[in-house]
Amino acid sequence: MTELMLAIAIGVLYASGLYLMMRRSIARFIIGLALLSHGANLLIFTAGGLSGGRAPIIPEGSDAPAGLIADPLPQALILTAIVISFALLAFALVLLLRTHQETETDDMEKLRSTDA
Amino acid sequence: MLAMVFSGFVVAALLPWLHRRIGDKASLVAALCPLAATLWLASGFVGVTSGDVITAYLPWMPTLGLDLAFRLDGLSLLFALMISGIGTLVVLYTHGYLHGDPRQHRFVMYTLMFMASMLGVVTADNLILLFIFWELTSFTSFLLIGFNHDEEASRRAALQAMLVTVMGGLFLLAGVLLIGRAVGTFSLSAVVASRDLLVDHPHYPVMLGLVLVGAFTKSAQAPFHFWLPNAMAAPTPASAYLHSSTMVKAGVYLLARLHPALGGTEAWTLTLTGFGALTLLTGAVMAAGQVYLKRLLAYTTVAALGALVMLLGIGTEAAVEAAMVFLMAHACYKAALFLVAGSIDHETGEKNVTKLGGLFRYMPITGATALVAALSMAGVPSAFGFISKELQYAVLFQHGWLPVVAVVSGAFFLLVAVQTGIRPFWARYRETPKHAHEPPWTMTLGPVLLGVITVAGGLFPGWTADALAGAAASATAFAPVDMHLHVWHGFNRELMASLATLALGGIVVLVSPRLAGLGNRMAGLARLGPDRGYDGALRGLLSLAKWQTKALQSGSLRRYLMIILLTVIALFAVSFARSELSLQLRDRTPLTLPMFILCALIVVASIAAAVSASRLGAVAAMGVVGFSIALVFVLFGAPDLAMTQLVIETLSVVLLVSAFYYLPAFTRRSTWRGRARDLLVSIFAGVVMTLLVLLATGVSVGEPISDYFAATSVPLGHGRNIVNVILVDYRALDTLGEITVLAVAGLGALALLKLRTKNGGGES
Amino acid sequence: MTSLILRTAARYLFPLILLFSIYVLFRGHNDPGGGFVGGLAAASAYVLYALAFDVKAARGLLRVDSARLTAWGLLLALLSGLAGLAAGRPFLTARWGKWTITETWIVKAGTPLLFDVGVYLVVLGVTVTILFALAEGEDEAS
Repeated sequence: MTELMLAIAIGVLYASGLYLMMRRSIARFIIGLALLSHGANLLIFTAGGLSGGRAPIIPEGSDAPAGLIADPLPQALILTAIVISFALLAFALVLLLRTHQETETDDMEKLRSTDA
Repeated sequence: MLAMVFSGFVVAALLPWLHRRIGDKASLVAALCPLAATLWLASGFVGVTSGDVITAYLPWMPTLGLDLAFRLDGLSLLFALMISGIGTLVVLYTHGYLHGDPRQHRFVMYTLMFMASMLGVVTADNLILLFIFWELTSFTSFLLIGFNHDEEASRRAALQAMLVTVMGGLFLLAGVLLIGRAVGTFSLSAVVASRDLLVDHPHYPVMLGLVLVGAFTKSAQAPFHFWLPNAMAAPTPASAYLHSSTMVKAGVYLLARLHPALGGTEAWTLTLTGFGALTLLTGAVMAAGQVYLKRLLAYTTVAALGALVMLLGIGTEAAVEAAMVFLMAHACYKAALFLVAGSIDHETGEKNVTKLGGLFRYMPITGATALVAALSMAGVPSAFGFISKELQYAVLFQHGWLPVVAVVSGAFFLLVAVQTGIRPFWARYRETPKHAHEPPWTMTLGPVLLGVITVAGGLFPGWTADALAGAAASATAFAPVDMHLHVWHGFNRELMASLATLALGGIVVLVSPRLAGLGNRMAGLARLGPDRGYDGALRGLLSLAKWQTKALQSGSLRRYLMIILLTVIALFAVSFARSELSLQLRDRTPLTLPMFILCALIVVASIAAAVSASRLGAVAAMGVVGFSIALVFVLFGAPDLAMTQLVIETLSVVLLVSAFYYLPAFTRRSTWRGRARDLLVSIFAGVVMTLLVLLATGVSVGEPISDYFAATSVPLGHGRNIVNVILVDYRALDTLGEITVLAVAGLGALALLKLRTKNGGGES
Repeated sequence: MTSLILRTAARYLFPLILLFSIYVLFRGHNDPGGGFVGGLAAASAYVLYALAFDVKAARGLLRVDSARLTAWGLLLALLSGLAGLAAGRPFLTARWGKWTITETWIVKAGTPLLFDVGVYLVVLGVTVTILFALAEGEDEAS
């Protein structure tokens, strides 16, 4: 049942993230972007398979993990994804902020011209 | 051999430096490059004409069947000699023609690049390689035609020539790929040897059609001929070189080269003779209406190319021989006449033949050369052109009405020869903008040498000309050709035809003043044809692009997102409906109370973030989502993720709060209808994602690579934290890429913000 | 944003967090942690300090320009990959060394640790660069 619950949570994250990204104010767009990356991270995590609950760390003095461990590969992927999405968020924020300052609007629909 | 092909590129690259050192003398030094190529070719003359083949090979991308394979046989030798020989003369000529022009070295640079590409075309033994050089010639031709880029007409002509030839090049590429597939290799010598495979191939008509479009555009066959007269906007040395003697003959070369592979069929013969004859007539008649030297010559070049294509279409041994001889004769007299035209323009400042006359007194050397070239063009006995004309008539008499076409166009050739080579020098003297005198030696050497070759070819054709033409014809015809040229064939119907041509030509010359008006009207009529069609097509393309950009790139992010989302939803719905995806719920993990609470928290908080009316509220809700996810990570054995997520969440809140400081408060802007629509699409997208997750958890793909990581992490990676070992060891290259992205994002943000503090602050 | 409590706390917390971040970085190969988390933790130490005092003070504490720090980190990660290349193996192949200093004190070090330090520096540099630049704007505006 956990997969189903998480799947629903991911769906809601995507839906609200996308809904916010289609709003016209820059700030809402940014929040939407953040929600979307949360959804993506959680998606990779869930799709990679939930298991046992033991961290993928090998006990000291041993060469192999004791028993079943969580899959380390999706974790490695998500770890970088988290940091990258933070950088993306920051960059998008700065970009839109500067656009806002130059154009004096925070309305995305007014930012349609490419040569403003 | 490789050196011969590529030295042009190398010298071209060095030229700007050389020019800085020694000024315009650099052109004279540069002329050594084509001269060396000519000498190298000449040294191989005896061997190649007696049947030897010189090859050179350098692997490039062997797995793709693409190699730097070059092969020099008789046909290649004929073309390569013309390219490098005339190239030498043209570079020298340029030194005088563009004397004192600061862009002289640039022109020579382009010319050398062109020459190298052209040598590549005629020696490449790989179809793809040939195509690459083919396109390079189009590109360098663009640079040369548009050399006077401050003139609108030059720019238009350059663009037109490039678009037409490059479009043809794309057709050629498609044809080449089909041929390569059919034969199983792109090696040209292998293709030429597999005629049966190609001619009986079900795709033969398509291949032939595609290759022919390529060759016809390049060699200015009607209805693609219109770009060539326009290309006369190029400086005269380029016209003489590219647009009379070499580049436009690339199409002819291709046809000759592929004749043993694709020729001899009814489709080949009918298409080539048809289009060739049409082009011959169009060019010859249109030439009659011209008054400018270069345009006169350009239209007869079109006609000559038509004649060559027609002869190759006939494809018999005699026809091929005639084509090769005509090719040589034409290259010599046409290049000479172009160079003479350039000299006249250069020394008198006048391009209109009706305003020129009596120049022989002032430019005797140029005048004498022009006379020789004109006689050859007219086909007067004892000139090289005469021999070539005789051979043509001999072939054409076997083919119904074609002699008539040849005689009529021959008459117009005579007219043009008189107009360009004789009238400016022998007619009554007229004042010209500049006082005429003999040009410098660099500008007379070219025409004189070409004139000498013309006379020598006419009087002693057995000397070298028949060996060369014979070797070239051997590579083109189906069987080796042994060729002997004679100055005099005796009194036969070919001679009668020649005399008839001369007589008719005489009449045409006499009535030409009246003809000019007619020709003008015809030229105007023809201008309505392909040239207008080109303009229309270009406009249509531009407006299509504009319409498409407007429709797809509205600049509205919301619309982009909407299009993407609807596409994803539709694709998913289609594959779901076709039950390619089956939903097998494999809920392996029992739900615990903490997990339930966390999921509920994520759902509630993200909805709250979506509907929050205040910025801080939204940020707070987002924070709740992030921390909940961190706890999910904790519950499912991902302490690294949990730690990272926690710190990131904290930093994100700081980031958002400090940035939202600058932004205005949330305002409601959309209509309820718009919101409802967005909401609906978002919900659908969310549902798709939910289903996707459920599908993904149901799938198990082979053996996960993670088992390998787990087993080797300590022995090989010397680390017990498998996640970290993956990041810094197994997949370190990925991580390197990711931190690079981070660094770029950081620098980008810094640049955006720092630019503001420097000058933006004052402005706003 | 200048409360005495925050300032005092920041003054004491800053070195602790920084130390902790380095500890997290180096233990990362065997236990939860590593360059990413470590770099982020270090960045949060500076951000905390900047919040308590001001950006200028935090920048002074960093001593080097944060953008330059990013570049050094990237270079370090790149160089660590060259070790493999120098040994005739593919780029970024790990090289390990083992030094016995005493019977019980055996030091094992390898290029992946160097790589992780690079990651740490890049993450720290980028985070601090963006946040400081944003916050500086704020200072000017107020």
